[in-house]
Amino acid sequence: MRHPKIEQLEDHVSEALKQDLGIEKLFSVAPFDEEEVERTGDSDYSYWRSTFRAFRHNWIAMALLVLLVVILLFTFVQPYLPGQFDPNTITNGENGLPLKNQKADSVHWLGTNSIGQDLWSRVWAGTRNSLIIGISVALIEAGVGILMGVLWGYVRQLDFLFTELYNIIDNIPTTIVLILVSFLMRPGMGTIIFAMSITGWIGMARFVRNQVLIIRDRDYNVASRTLGTSTWRIMFRNLLPYLVSVIMLRMALSIPGAIGSEVFITYIGLGLPIEVCSLGNLINEGRKLMMSPNLRYQLIYPTIILSVVTVSFYIIGNAFSDAADPRNHL
Amino acid sequence: MLKYLLKRFARSILTLFFILTIVFVLVRQMPIEGYFPNFEKMTQSQIENGLHQMGLDQPMVVQLIEFYKGLFHGDLGVSRVYNRGKPVWDILKTKLPLSIQLGSLSIVFSMIVGLPMGILMAKRKGKLPDHIGTAFIVLIQAVPAAVYYLFIQLYGTELMQIKLRFDPADFRSWILPVLSLSLGNIAYYAMWIRRYMVDESTKDYIMLARIKGCSEGRIMFRHIFRNAFVPMAQYLPTSFLNTVVGSIYIESLWSIKGMGGLLVDVIHKQDNNMILGIVLLFACVGILGLMLGDLLMVLFDPRISFSKKGGD
Repeated sequence: MRHPKIEQLEDHVSEALKQDLGIEKLFSVAPFDEEEVERTGDSDYSYWRSTFRAFRHNWIAMALLVLLVVILLFTFVQPYLPGQFDPNTITNGENGLPLKNQKADSVHWLGTNSIGQDLWSRVWAGTRNSLIIGISVALIEAGVGILMGVLWGYVRQLDFLFTELYNIIDNIPTTIVLILVSFLMRPGMGTIIFAMSITGWIGMARFVRNQVLIIRDRDYNVASRTLGTSTWRIMFRNLLPYLVSVIMLRMALSIPGAIGSEVFITYIGLGLPIEVCSLGNLINEGRKLMMSPNLRYQLIYPTIILSVVTVSFYIIGNAFSDAADPRNHL
Repeated sequence: MLKYLLKRFARSILTLFFILTIVFVLVRQMPIEGYFPNFEKMTQSQIENGLHQMGLDQPMVVQLIEFYKGLFHGDLGVSRVYNRGKPVWDILKTKLPLSIQLGSLSIVFSMIVGLPMGILMAKRKGKLPDHIGTAFIVLIQAVPAAVYYLFIQLYGTELMQIKLRFDPADFRSWILPVLSLSLGNIAYYAMWIRRYMVDESTKDYIMLARIKGCSEGRIMFRHIFRNAFVPMAQYLPTSFLNTVVGSIYIESLWSIKGMGGLLVDVIHKQDNNMILGIVLLFACVGILGLMLGDLLMVLFDPRISFSKKGGD
């Protein structure tokens, strides 16, 4: 699209040149030729292919990625395997009483908890729910946060509004929001995802905003603006591709972050209802027993799986963000 | 500069007003049952009477005006449940010192450990100290704090043969809470100082300094560290103030009678005046932290200035 001012300028210049030098027409619109377009471009380069190639070179991250995928699949497959218990069913022993605090054996692979539920299936059910929470929160935060963040950083008129909004949301205690949300909605997965997202997106938005501020006035963006490119096109074609690597890193970190806050929210008594297993619920149950050394396994098993999952996401996120940086492609 | 500060101050007051008003309105959306411990057994008139005593039956606007009138005279109201009839500010005054002591100790400790750790990692980049440091940072940042605090308490107390409860008179029981409070900050400081110093050390002026014969130590501290510290300086006041107002999790784990668990506690008890008092304190701390951070940044780096606007 040509700006009317540019056409005007063209006309003025040709006018002046015609008078001085007698040249009829100096400027003409070049015809579009696809071959010419490709002539200078490195047509062999594909951003995502190079990103994955760079990522594959990092064998630690690759191994952890495989591990995470296996864990994720296993949490969904596990209930259908033979010899599994329901995470909420209390198993009774031969004397008819619940099998409390049973040590690990061939039936209960990790033993039972303090009211006689199978710890093995509880750990996997908890991992599944915590992963669902973590990934959903990260996706919602990223979707809303990126859009708002780019607007916040790029459109100057919105800066004041968003900055004030940030100051306000950032200073309203999350606990109040959580209590109100759990009061207005029934406690459950949806509620906790919603509550964590409505307080979390603004952090993501601020992060993206700071990144956008750094590159918004680079020469290539000024050039785009001068040529009359629309704001939306600049946002999605000029700014966001540049930020893929940092955004990816931030997203990968918000998954363990969300899993961790679930543990914390459960600790202060606002988490999921007791019949929905999550790593937070399990760790909280284990915490109550941690002072007796032979029951400590009920705290340690969920903690191990939690740490494996969060550390994996962290390392994969870092590796992927390195790989997604075009400067590391050549 | 002064003009900028004044403008910023005025804006902060506006922000504070919005925060307080929103929290005030939010708090009043909480269920009525929460105000009365034996709600089921009460008659309608008893409930109305109770609400009237708390002034909750008046329109929201009237309540809000009453609240701001009190605040203008420096009166935050009295606590309703937490410590019945005692002024909010008096309660906070008794809680703050312990949290401030713990927080200050922790910040000093994190700076003493975190900054040298980051410098060492940057100096020995790609070698053993760097790898160990990175592993530590990954572990601290990835594993939820809720988990490792628990394990520090569990094994730390066993190792040191001390009780689980915090005892201000006993020197030994300060060590573990301060350590737990510090770990996150240590990892954070070390990570960013390393990152900034590595970024800085490839710049041209460092090469020039090396060519003109500066010693490595001088380059490290006079040139690289000083420049790398500028972005850190912005974060320091916020991290200081946040640590000082107390950590919910650590203080409740160790039963420390500080600020930390107070907010969650009074929200559960729906002690409205206490909630607003604490929110006011936290909000002031948050806004003050950002302002001090910007000031500190200007102090460390004379190139940064807020009074003139660039690029517009």
